[in-house]
Amino acid sequence: MAKKVQDTALLDPAVMRPALLAALHKLDPRALVSNPVMFVTEVVAALTTLLFLRNLALGSGAAFLVAQIAAWLWFTVYFANFAEAMAEGRGKARADSLRSTQSETPAKKLASPDTRDVETVSSRSLRTGDIVLVEAGDIVPADGEAIDGVASVDESAITGESAPVIREAGGDRSSVTGGTRVVSDWLKVRVTAKPGESFLDRMIALVEGAKRQKTPNEIALNILLVGMTIIFLLVVVTLEPFVAYSGAFVPVAYLIALLVTLIPTTIGGLLSAIGVAGMDRLVKANVVAKSGRAVEAAGDVDTLLLDKTGTITFGARMADGFYPLPGVREPDLTEASLYASLSDETPEGRSVVELARKLLPRGVEQRASVKQAVAFSAQTRMSGVDLVDGTELRKGATDAVLAWCETGSSKTLTDIVERIAKSGGTPLLVARDRRPLGVIHLKDIVKPGIRERFAELRRMGVRTVMITGDNPLTAAAIAAEAGVDDFLAEATPENKLELIRKEQAEGKLVAMCGDGSNDAPALAQADVGVAMNTGTPAAKEAGNLIDLDSDPTKLIEIVMVGKQLLISRGSLTTFSIANDVAKYFAILPALFVTAYPGLGALNVMGLSSPGSAILSAVIFNALVIIALIPLALKGVKYTPASAAKLLRHNLLIYGLGGLVVPFIGIKAIDLVVSALALA
Amino acid sequence: MASDILQFILYCVLLTALAWPLGLYMASVFNGERTFLTPILAPVEGLFASACGVDGQKCDQHWTRYALSVLAFNAAGWLMLYAVLRLQGVLPWNPQGLPGLSPDLAFNTAVSFVTNTNWQAYGGETTMSYFSQMVGLTVQNFVSAATGIAVGAAVIRGFFGRETRGIGNFWIDLIRSVLYVLLPLSILFGLFLVWQGVPQNLTHYVDVTTLEGAKQTIAQGPAASQIAIKQLGTNGGGFFNANSAVPYENPTPLTNFVEMLAILLIPAAFPFMFGRMVKDMRQGIAIFAAMGILFLAALGLTYGSEIQGNPVYAEMPVDQTAGNMEGKEVRFGVGNSALWASATTAASNGSVNAMHDSFTPLGALAPMLQMQIGEVVFGGVGSGFYGMLLFVVLTVFIAGLMVGRTPEYLGKKIEAREVKLAVITFLVMPLGVLVFGAMAAVIPTALASVQDAGPHGLSEILYAYSSGTGNNGSAFAGFGANTPYHNTMIGIAMLLGRYVFIVPMLAIAGSLAAKKTVPASAGTFPTHSPLFVGLLVAVILIIGGLTFFPALALGPIAEHTAMLAGQTF
Amino acid sequence: MLSQIRPALVMITMMTLLTGVAYPLAMTGVSQVLFADQANGSLLTREGKAIGSTLVAQAFTDPGYFQPRPSAANYDGASSTGSNLGPTSAALRQRIGADATRLASENPSMPVPVDLVTTSGSGLDPDISPAAASFQVPRIAKARGLESGQVQRLVWENVKGHTFGLLGEPRVNVLALNLALDAVAPRRAPATQPGEPVAVNSTDR
Repeated sequence: MAKKVQDTALLDPAVMRPALLAALHKLDPRALVSNPVMFVTEVVAALTTLLFLRNLALGSGAAFLVAQIAAWLWFTVYFANFAEAMAEGRGKARADSLRSTQSETPAKKLASPDTRDVETVSSRSLRTGDIVLVEAGDIVPADGEAIDGVASVDESAITGESAPVIREAGGDRSSVTGGTRVVSDWLKVRVTAKPGESFLDRMIALVEGAKRQKTPNEIALNILLVGMTIIFLLVVVTLEPFVAYSGAFVPVAYLIALLVTLIPTTIGGLLSAIGVAGMDRLVKANVVAKSGRAVEAAGDVDTLLLDKTGTITFGARMADGFYPLPGVREPDLTEASLYASLSDETPEGRSVVELARKLLPRGVEQRASVKQAVAFSAQTRMSGVDLVDGTELRKGATDAVLAWCETGSSKTLTDIVERIAKSGGTPLLVARDRRPLGVIHLKDIVKPGIRERFAELRRMGVRTVMITGDNPLTAAAIAAEAGVDDFLAEATPENKLELIRKEQAEGKLVAMCGDGSNDAPALAQADVGVAMNTGTPAAKEAGNLIDLDSDPTKLIEIVMVGKQLLISRGSLTTFSIANDVAKYFAILPALFVTAYPGLGALNVMGLSSPGSAILSAVIFNALVIIALIPLALKGVKYTPASAAKLLRHNLLIYGLGGLVVPFIGIKAIDLVVSALALA
Repeated sequence: MASDILQFILYCVLLTALAWPLGLYMASVFNGERTFLTPILAPVEGLFASACGVDGQKCDQHWTRYALSVLAFNAAGWLMLYAVLRLQGVLPWNPQGLPGLSPDLAFNTAVSFVTNTNWQAYGGETTMSYFSQMVGLTVQNFVSAATGIAVGAAVIRGFFGRETRGIGNFWIDLIRSVLYVLLPLSILFGLFLVWQGVPQNLTHYVDVTTLEGAKQTIAQGPAASQIAIKQLGTNGGGFFNANSAVPYENPTPLTNFVEMLAILLIPAAFPFMFGRMVKDMRQGIAIFAAMGILFLAALGLTYGSEIQGNPVYAEMPVDQTAGNMEGKEVRFGVGNSALWASATTAASNGSVNAMHDSFTPLGALAPMLQMQIGEVVFGGVGSGFYGMLLFVVLTVFIAGLMVGRTPEYLGKKIEAREVKLAVITFLVMPLGVLVFGAMAAVIPTALASVQDAGPHGLSEILYAYSSGTGNNGSAFAGFGANTPYHNTMIGIAMLLGRYVFIVPMLAIAGSLAAKKTVPASAGTFPTHSPLFVGLLVAVILIIGGLTFFPALALGPIAEHTAMLAGQTF
Repeated sequence: MLSQIRPALVMITMMTLLTGVAYPLAMTGVSQVLFADQANGSLLTREGKAIGSTLVAQAFTDPGYFQPRPSAANYDGASSTGSNLGPTSAALRQRIGADATRLASENPSMPVPVDLVTTSGSGLDPDISPAAASFQVPRIAKARGLESGQVQRLVWENVKGHTFGLLGEPRVNVLALNLALDAVAPRRAPATQPGEPVAVNSTDR
């Protein structure tokens, strides 16, 4: 599927340059106050700058070191801002390309649904409830619902799918999206979104991060980070009296350096970038989230309700074989089936023709010519052809065709029909001149690779439930073939809703996707409801995510994005906290060695001097933010696995790594600092 | 050395073997099930319950109400104890005619016993009448422990409650803690102590004439009954000044060993009680394992440091193979003193059988750190366990995100509200130890209480405020804590350390109880694996270490380096 | 809160009666019947007079007696305490140095067992280590005019080993040992004691 929105290179200069500037703007304390960790860092950076100025004025020798500490503290804040600006910039780049499709278009506004008298107005002036006419070649001026007409619409601007889709009044395909182009015919559309509130607008707002609300886990994590910041403030502030008790003195700049290296600046600096980047990944998958909460909830999903058709199986059933009745030769049945399906344009019919052609010698169908096609109707429940030579061919539901033949069923026929039904297939009885010939086995074809995906989901602890209108027998067979954990057969909107409620009562989080109006209650009830963009406005209103590609398998991807978002936060938090151990071993001996020379033994890294130790820790603390920006933007690599396995893996990398890396990093920086005689 | 290690092993094995069945029994008690004591105790229980207007089983309290009951009961207990201590001079059972306590000492002592701290700014035999010991202190030894057990049980209910409003009834939990758990164990244990030589009388102090013809006055009193509950209830307030070092409190190696078992018995039973109550014993075992690892680490550090003796005396004609014996009793030696110190500071038991002030620096660092991490290694009865659950919540929150789900523990989602409450409690230890400690390190009136010069003086301050905030009660006893300043500040620290844990913890329990329980799946963060145990231990050490390492570096660690260099102050 | 006050007051009253009055009094009553000796302080009498408790150290300064560990409580049975001096305390080093020098000069054996120069936790430790007892044997033998071997035998007879072969430390009860010593060789009148020189000079380095 060609994605309309191209992914930008991770460090695209076009994104980076504005971000460098934006990061400066973000130094405004009023903007920074929402990020307490960075706010504290900025306050002490300012304080250190004042200290430097005082030292300079007094001509104190330590002024150069204090200046460097101050500079690196400012860099720390700046780097964190830069990370956020980068994430927002990437989103903005995406938003800009989306917005280009949303430029002002003329709209043919109708005074009432019944007229065709148009008044051309700007798309910007449209209000909810206005009616517009769109004809071949027009751009749909706003999101809305078709109330009259049928048209094929090119939605590639939104979905990237090049084949036009049908939009018609009434039913489940009545929704149109602003920015798409009508290719043929016309539609009357009732506008459902105010300008600036269309799906496109929501999408843009989401990726720009402008209206981004913090997600529940992010709020909780933020509280923890604030708590840790307060604890370390207490630690550092009380250190001054303890050192004084010990008969020594520690410069304030050193204490500030200790504070900043201890408070969780790494995760504090990258937290919002991770959030923005998570939304960005979602948009990249062509999904619009109405709230960040839904994305996070996707990571928590326990049960995934998947529609059979389109998600687990290809939409249509396909012919799988021909089973002749006694006394009928198989090629005979195959040929009859072929003729009977010649005028059947449904996918099922085409698949019968395709299979029959494969089985029969070439050129068979030339032997007959169709006089009249008999179309399928709900009353007859069969279709077929009458040939020029007077032969009548029919195929359809067993009882319907038997009725046409005016005969009863035979034991063999019943056996065949039952066997097919049991295997999850649909039997179609074929008759010629009111004589049953045999049965076509129509089979639901399970999409290749879907079994593996379900196995993946199972490893992640997500249970899959297949929803289908089929009878339980058929459903069970397909469920087994596809490898889902459970199924709901003969599904109705009501029992679907009931299933969701039951799962939720057990404490599970349920995700589903749907498109029809009758899906709306279930979509609203589900914790994660993904509405197809092709769906009705009611469905789109009820869901909390909208998939612009209308691809039901997207649910799985959404779950992955949600998990990756949480994993990125958790991993970087762990890394950030684990880092503190090394920083203690760098800074504490430097602070205390004058009071108790014996404490020099804590200098396990063998850093060259107290000043260099402190400066190196501060520099490391700033650089690690820069080093982790790509990780924050891309998200921590996530391969589906059980929680136990993921935990072991991530703990090893981010926990143990977080302990070890700073020892190496600080030592390396110290070598450089002392080589350059910076401290 | 070998016999020390063997004793440690025997201790751990026996503790586990006794704690497991006790945990299961306590689970039955707090689930309201029938136990073998029910036929005897049910009428008494009914009498107590109806007297305070609680009616049978249908009396679940919302967490706010539960917390109010706790606070009201503790406030009443405080008032009563304060009155007893102030009025001691006119009350009966006072053969030595000891006067009433000063207001600040009475405040401090009443707070100390109500909060299950049992910090003693006074000397038992020189300050307290038998009436105060029995009617005042013994009562609080029972009910402060029962309060802890009750809150512990209520918190556990929060973790398995399914969308319920209530977390149990405090009055019922309190009565059951005393009747079914503390009192029967105390009677058995108390009689054992008397048999071994602990006095239990109401007579005047005894005057004797020694072999060399000198006069010696020997303190007496109803000691055994109080010592039994002081150990079982992780209280620790000594009947005599030098606490369990005094032969009258702890006459033999056997009493010492059994008292050590008693100290950790109920705290160690809690994980098993938890496992039974949440119907997943693996969860209880995991927490027990984490506690065990931290305990062994602390014991190893203390013992390893004490057994090496004091290098300062290396050049004197002194044979130090017995280790650092200053402040230790011969019958216990270094091994049993180190084990005792580790067990009591793991629990919130303030009793000492050797003087911690005279421990080697690293030998004292481990007890201090155990208190500073909030006494969650087994911990106080009930309080240690809910303190540990707090760390579990934190661990689950930090690491739980790493598996890509909203963190959850036992199917309960840990969200902003729980994190906020947990963070509030995590501020208590730094506040009480670091902020109050820093104040004591600079305010001249406070500084006057410090006995030793050099880094050891800072250790004395840190130990006092760690012990107070952690509700432990043991002391670097050289620190002259009985001053209006420290009586007040340590009193406040004890209150913070008790109630700013209890109330938020009950709030967390209430919040969790109301939540749905998410069934476990392959995507659920596993909280019973060895990996989780290791992670929990690491989080406790890193959070505790990061918070207190700088102060400890200037105290015990600096003293250690000085001691190695043979330096004195 | 108000609604909780009544149950709180009722409950603390009832708990006080149960655990503060009934429990300790019942325990006292039962103990006095079952374990009267221990319950009353394990006191020792000689010729009808109380001479001390086996569980409480008393001072012995006479060179003819085994001496207990130094006491920070000055052997006051009604005011137990340790020295509480820290490991890097200059005062402690001075005290231990002085004691070590004195003991080394009073006793021919070397070096001094550590428990004889360190104060106990309670100040009332009734025991010394077997090594500390043996360390004093030559001095006692000399002061009492006994064979060293005889005194040493007394020491071994009075050693209590590990309880159950495992718990605690081997030890000798000083009071019991001195009573046994008196039984074997009654002490000469204190006035006839030559009096060992007591070293008072500090060994502080």
